[in-house]
Amino acid sequence: MSIGILGYGAYLPARRLGPDSGVRGTRVVASFDEDATTMAVEAARGLPAAGSVWWASTSPPYLDKTNAAAVHAALRLPSSVPAADLVGSARSTFAGLRAALATGGLVVAADVRVGKPGSLDEKSGGDGAAAVVLGEGELVAEVLGVAGETLELLDRWRDPRRPTGEQWEERFGFEQYADLVRVVAARLLDEAGLAEADHVVVTSANPGITKRAGALVKGALSSTGSPIGFSGAADPLLGLAAVLDVAGPGETILVLSAVDGCDGLLLRTTSLLPSRRAARPVAAQLAGGRDVPYPTYLSWRGLLERELPRRPEPDRPAGPPSYRAGEWKFGFAGSRCTSCGFLHLPPLRVCRACSATDAMETVSVADLTGTVATFTVDRLAFSPSPPVVDAVVDFAGGGRTTLEVADADPDAIGVGTEVGLAFRRLFTAGGVHNYFWKAVVR
Amino acid sequence: MASNGIKDAVAIVGMGCTRFGERWESSTDDLLLEAVGEALGSAGVGRDDVDAYWLGTLGSGQSGLTLSRPLGIDHKPVTRVENYCATGSESFRNACYAVASGAYDRVMAVGVEKLKDSGFSGLLRADPPSDGTAAELSLTAPAAFSLLDPAYTAKYGVDPVAMREAMTHVAWKNHVNGARNPKAQFRKEVSREAIEGAPKVAGRLGIFDCSGVSDGAAAAMIVRAEDAYDYTDRPVFVKALALAAGPMRGGLDPAYDFTTFPEVVHSAADAYAQAGITDPRTEISLAEVHDCFTPTEVVLMEDLGFTGRGQAWKDVLAGEFDADGRLPVNVDGGLKSFGHPVGASGLRMLYEAWLQLRGEAGSRQVGDPRLALTHNLGGRPGGCVSFVSVVGSEPG
Repeated sequence: MSIGILGYGAYLPARRLGPDSGVRGTRVVASFDEDATTMAVEAARGLPAAGSVWWASTSPPYLDKTNAAAVHAALRLPSSVPAADLVGSARSTFAGLRAALATGGLVVAADVRVGKPGSLDEKSGGDGAAAVVLGEGELVAEVLGVAGETLELLDRWRDPRRPTGEQWEERFGFEQYADLVRVVAARLLDEAGLAEADHVVVTSANPGITKRAGALVKGALSSTGSPIGFSGAADPLLGLAAVLDVAGPGETILVLSAVDGCDGLLLRTTSLLPSRRAARPVAAQLAGGRDVPYPTYLSWRGLLERELPRRPEPDRPAGPPSYRAGEWKFGFAGSRCTSCGFLHLPPLRVCRACSATDAMETVSVADLTGTVATFTVDRLAFSPSPPVVDAVVDFAGGGRTTLEVADADPDAIGVGTEVGLAFRRLFTAGGVHNYFWKAVVR
Repeated sequence: MASNGIKDAVAIVGMGCTRFGERWESSTDDLLLEAVGEALGSAGVGRDDVDAYWLGTLGSGQSGLTLSRPLGIDHKPVTRVENYCATGSESFRNACYAVASGAYDRVMAVGVEKLKDSGFSGLLRADPPSDGTAAELSLTAPAAFSLLDPAYTAKYGVDPVAMREAMTHVAWKNHVNGARNPKAQFRKEVSREAIEGAPKVAGRLGIFDCSGVSDGAAAAMIVRAEDAYDYTDRPVFVKALALAAGPMRGGLDPAYDFTTFPEVVHSAADAYAQAGITDPRTEISLAEVHDCFTPTEVVLMEDLGFTGRGQAWKDVLAGEFDADGRLPVNVDGGLKSFGHPVGASGLRMLYEAWLQLRGEAGSRQVGDPRLALTHNLGGRPGGCVSFVSVVGSEPG
């Protein structure tokens, strides 16, 4: 039985840098309440069950703590599923692919790429996430080969204590990488007995490679680079997802990622692909979005300090209560009374409707939709990006809770508006990220 | 109703209340000394005549020591109580029960809050360590109460413009009333245009839709009813004390529509039963209610039975709850303009009832009042504690 891709997904944040930033084109930016953990959850939601989780990022929200554990919790995976971080450079994603090819599993890569104001990283980078589940069974694409070359090269680097990175003169790196990209492509195609691939995706941290992505190795049907600009660890998987969104059955896809060497993955799509594409195609996500004013964006990234409402900063979430409430906080699971069916969000032990005690089953509503019962715009609340929009949400099939609204446009929400749920970071206090779910207008 | 009530078992024989406001010059200790001193003087007794104290404060101190230290109380029982914004009422309620039980003959209920020292806007929370998910951790009080406005207009088909006018009328009325109160935080009438044009805080609520953040203290001297005339010829008799803590079902239950406080309905029914009131619209002479935000007062008129469901906005606009209306509400200016130093507010409401029932309210005096109601609420729509008292000028 061959191994391959069982499912894939991509997530692009809804915000774009506006024209006041000086950026021409579409710069996809994560909102203030998104990071490589929350975006990974969004990319991986709804994918087939995986036996392991490999989370890759160059912008980990935590060190010394496994970010993949929060992703694992938000996906409500069994505790027997191992989850680990692959952190550092964009090459980590291919390390995850190799691991998952060996055992089966979810590879999810996500990044928030921050550049100095006016820099190339700011202008032509991108924030996003993408995921694939590898394994045996009902494949949408079969893996034909994986190959890699390694090269020690001072092309791109970042001091771990700084938010933004450095780049050597791009033509230097380009020349080294261009050769490696061709070498890896040739090896994979030779081993598979192919003259060329139908689709070729080339991504790289080197802007020279990025600019010439469509010309380095030609595909018979398409030759592309990153869909949104260099998005760190997410880039090769985002590029792959964009091709899987449109490729036909029985077509070959060659993904090449040039980072401190070059990694390549060769796939052939199956007849199942057209019926199992991602629910949210990359192109459709890219076409949407709303501009964020540049000063607001800078404040989100900590590059500009703004006056906040005269309210105290919130307390950091505490470890033991967060642990005890894990199914609620991360899995958005409440308790449903087995006597009368009343759903409690958050979970309670004594039924509010029939007073039955400890007669509850755990039910997650993370994947359900709800409607706004009433809402408000809170201009006094502490937030990294005021005002806060809050909505009382009633879920299809019962249950009510009050949530912040993510990416909120106060004019686009009203009583009766349908909302879904998104895993976000409410705030960060005392170095602790307060992950929880928000309502989002779909 | 499960409560037996203590109708006419105890009486108020002295009260004190500080000027509310930004009391930069006064500490919590100063405010306590001021209110307690006035209450003792009013009752014609000294500190040694008080057998036990109850102190209500949300966050200006902990334990009975908050009162015993500034007053120099020697080894008497002092109990600190807290019940959100109903803290002052809770102090009074428990003090009344202590006398009614026979445990003490003369007790004092005190409430204090020093809000203006924090440097922040609005109330601060002192929550235990948590998982960080509770909506009330981020949703501020004005935002939580602003939910009443769109829900009310939607349910009763009220034109949002008319609802806005009703909210404005509440603010306008309570500022007019407060302007005639020398102890109020805000003593200026405010035009309807200024109220509606104020910067928005949450939803459609502007700053004039919010109660005043202030410092203040108030106190009541409580004795056995049969002893009351030993202290004053115009005691105020306690007819009913009701408290309801909700199960917080509204925030969980899609059946709750944010147009009512079930806790208020329950506490009002309990209080009316205790006091023997069958028609609050005609039997209550005046009411001091928890107008923390203007839509709250609108909804309370219905929950307290002062008007029918879906009618309050009309009655408010018709001036029925104005100082010269059929049932004067917040004739002292209310939380809106008297200010809302949390632990003191419940006792401040009783202070106005005390003045009015004794005919001492000066230019605010309503004609021949017999029964006064105070209503004090802590929490928010969907889950709160609600207190209702009825006090009267005559026993029986």
